[in-house]
Amino acid sequence: MYKLSKSRIFIIIAICLLGIFFTIPNFLPNKDNLPKWWQPVNLGLDLQGGSNLLLQVQVDDVIKERMGTIEDSVRQVLRENKIRYQNLRAGENDVTVKIENLNSRNKAIAAFRKIEDGLNVEELADGTVRIAYTDVALNQLKLKIVDQSIEIVRRRIDELGTKEPVIQRQGVDRIVVQLPGLQNPEYVKTLLGKTAKLSFHMVDSNTTSADARRGKLSNASRIVPGSDGGSYVISRKPVVSGENLIDAQPAFQEGEAVVSFKFDSIGGKKFGEATKNNVGERLAIVLDNEVISAPTIQGAILGGSGVITGSFTVKSANDLALLLRSGALPAPLEVLEERTVGAGLGADSIQAGTIACVIGLVAVIVFMIAAYGLFGLFTTVAVFMNLFLMLGVLSLMGATLTLPGIAGVILTVGMAVDANVLIFERMREEVKLGRSTRDAAEAGFREAWGTILDSNLTTLVAAFVLFYFGTGPVRGFAVTLTIGILTSMFTSVTVTRVIIATWIERYKPTRLPI
Amino acid sequence: MKLFSWITKDTNIDFLGTRKLTYFISGLSIVLAIFFMATKSFNYGIDFSGGILMEIKDEQVINLDKLRKELDNLDIGEVSLQTIGETGTEVMIRAQAQMLDEKEQMKAVNEIKKILGNDVEIRRVELVGPQVGDELKKDGVLASVIAVLGISLYIWFRFEWQFALGAMLGLVHDILVTVGLLSLFQIDFSLTTVAAILTLAGYSVNDTVVTYDRIRENLRKYKTMPQIQLLNKSVNDIFSRTLLTGLTTLLASIALLIWGGDALLSFSFTLVWGILIGTYSSIYVSTVVLNWFDLRKTIENKEKDVNPFGNVG
Repeated sequence: MYKLSKSRIFIIIAICLLGIFFTIPNFLPNKDNLPKWWQPVNLGLDLQGGSNLLLQVQVDDVIKERMGTIEDSVRQVLRENKIRYQNLRAGENDVTVKIENLNSRNKAIAAFRKIEDGLNVEELADGTVRIAYTDVALNQLKLKIVDQSIEIVRRRIDELGTKEPVIQRQGVDRIVVQLPGLQNPEYVKTLLGKTAKLSFHMVDSNTTSADARRGKLSNASRIVPGSDGGSYVISRKPVVSGENLIDAQPAFQEGEAVVSFKFDSIGGKKFGEATKNNVGERLAIVLDNEVISAPTIQGAILGGSGVITGSFTVKSANDLALLLRSGALPAPLEVLEERTVGAGLGADSIQAGTIACVIGLVAVIVFMIAAYGLFGLFTTVAVFMNLFLMLGVLSLMGATLTLPGIAGVILTVGMAVDANVLIFERMREEVKLGRSTRDAAEAGFREAWGTILDSNLTTLVAAFVLFYFGTGPVRGFAVTLTIGILTSMFTSVTVTRVIIATWIERYKPTRLPI
Repeated sequence: MKLFSWITKDTNIDFLGTRKLTYFISGLSIVLAIFFMATKSFNYGIDFSGGILMEIKDEQVINLDKLRKELDNLDIGEVSLQTIGETGTEVMIRAQAQMLDEKEQMKAVNEIKKILGNDVEIRRVELVGPQVGDELKKDGVLASVIAVLGISLYIWFRFEWQFALGAMLGLVHDILVTVGLLSLFQIDFSLTTVAAILTLAGYSVNDTVVTYDRIRENLRKYKTMPQIQLLNKSVNDIFSRTLLTGLTTLLASIALLIWGGDALLSFSFTLVWGILIGTYSSIYVSTVVLNWFDLRKTIENKEKDVNPFGNVG
């Protein structure tokens, strides 16, 4: 029998109703205060306006820095063990040193292995020893750096109060930041462009910067430029670093904008001791390898808090406090890509997309009715149902609708009738073979199914590839295309089937109007 | 009521009879496409070339000459201006600025903003650094290759290797001729264009699979019909479906091309073209090349493999 069982009809209708139910939020005038599971579809930044930034975490810089540290450790190990060496060098991702004597070389290699976990120490042909991270350790390190960066970026952006920002990893070492509604990302870019590494160092009062430039610089000191244009000779080792900060706030002191800060207990203790022992000396406050100020220590600061002075404006004091509060980035970030769409353009795109969608829909419907008459009308129901299901699934999944996504919807409208065309054409053939109305209708659905499945699954392969390789708007297109293919397979096969079966039962036609 | 009943008429067209001509046309198109790609390259959008793109809108018509002169004074390389729509109040500013890094690009954007003043609405700003573009190009090519291979694998799995080869040739033909056309007319080639090309591939192979399905069915049904006649019959059997589906999808894409707005122009152009060429290739490339093989033998051998005892009765 061609008639569908009651339970199957019930399930089909229930799915359709659910689809309609989940599209409702999209048409409500007031979309706020809706429950989390009942939301309108997300609009991509290209539709609602906003800014999209692609950031590159410069992990290589950190690895190079690490190599510098390892170089220091290697030197120390060699000195401690009194091993003669030549050509100690830190490269981009390895440290090499030449040790002629075989015994000392073996001794050194054993000691190098203990410097840090995840180091690969190998001997090259001419007695050179190469120290580098293993691939596993290197990857872990990179992942950790990027994870930390994402966390810090999130904190900084949260401080700005942007609504619903999206911060995600892309690939291995990139971060995508999406800021809906933001029209001018310049300020965000300035904030993200600073690593904000803060540290306090004693100023080396025995060496002037002029001496230092002439090479009279002890190993414990280094020369650092100052924000005032001068330069300072400071101790290599920091008294205390920004990692120990727990809070920073903009404040005023004697009518000047300053940043007040507070250390955790370890930081407070170190800071207290250093200030107690060095009264009268100068303490340099270094931010991103630049001395902001170097006040003279007036007396011990024991409470674990203090202020940073410098020639701040209210705004720059605010910014610095924000950066210090949210922590330092482990690696510098570079902006690779920026896309900002104004709200006006987004609204225009939605309008154009909607108009194209309605016109496309009407054209397809008119065409189908012109080609198939009554059955064309049945298809119309399926096409509308497909639109509802698509929008319903997109809303339910919390997927993002982009401008190319709208194109995907329109395209699906055109392609969705394909299954019905296949079914109706098959019915026509069966009628020609002399089958009864009922048999022909049933054979139409049965015989066309294999073709429908094969043809749609191959299109899905293309959609999956698009999803995998695409980013942003293109990915949005792949999502709508995929959902559209799946929902259209459902509506054009089951929904039309229910309608046609009911129609045959009710009117008992002697021939199919196709 | 049924205005288009002429479409649903049975046809008996000798599709394969013209195969020498269509081989020539397909082959020539591919050669020309490769020639254009080699000589004219593409009009890459900033997704691929890197650079600056801004869209602005003013209350009154924007004076392009004046703006161009002002922008030329900036040292940011070649700047191109293009009005959007017909009102003349919307302009797209593009600077390829390949030499500029992101910081310099940002500075350039600020300078352009200064020239525009505060009254102009800035509708879109895009900055793409040079290194991203090369990666995206590589990704685009890789995505297309993987899509073609993935689709062919699926068809191999569902049909026979000859069918997979036919579908693959059809896809390669469609993609090459389409990108050749984009090169010839120097149509803006952006990320969405790649999406359109892959969609085209999806549509084209959809059409091909429907044809293949019918060929396989007919191979089983008509055991003695000569292969060329059988291929012709199969295409004719489903020809009304090919036209109907092609036309509905075409209608939707044309709606997109006309009313979908400027941002989707190259996308919808590629789609419209893709439907035409996809329909052509599923008959004149993917089906015609099947005639290189003895399909019946393959199918029968396979069925023998499946049932070693043969069919009794």
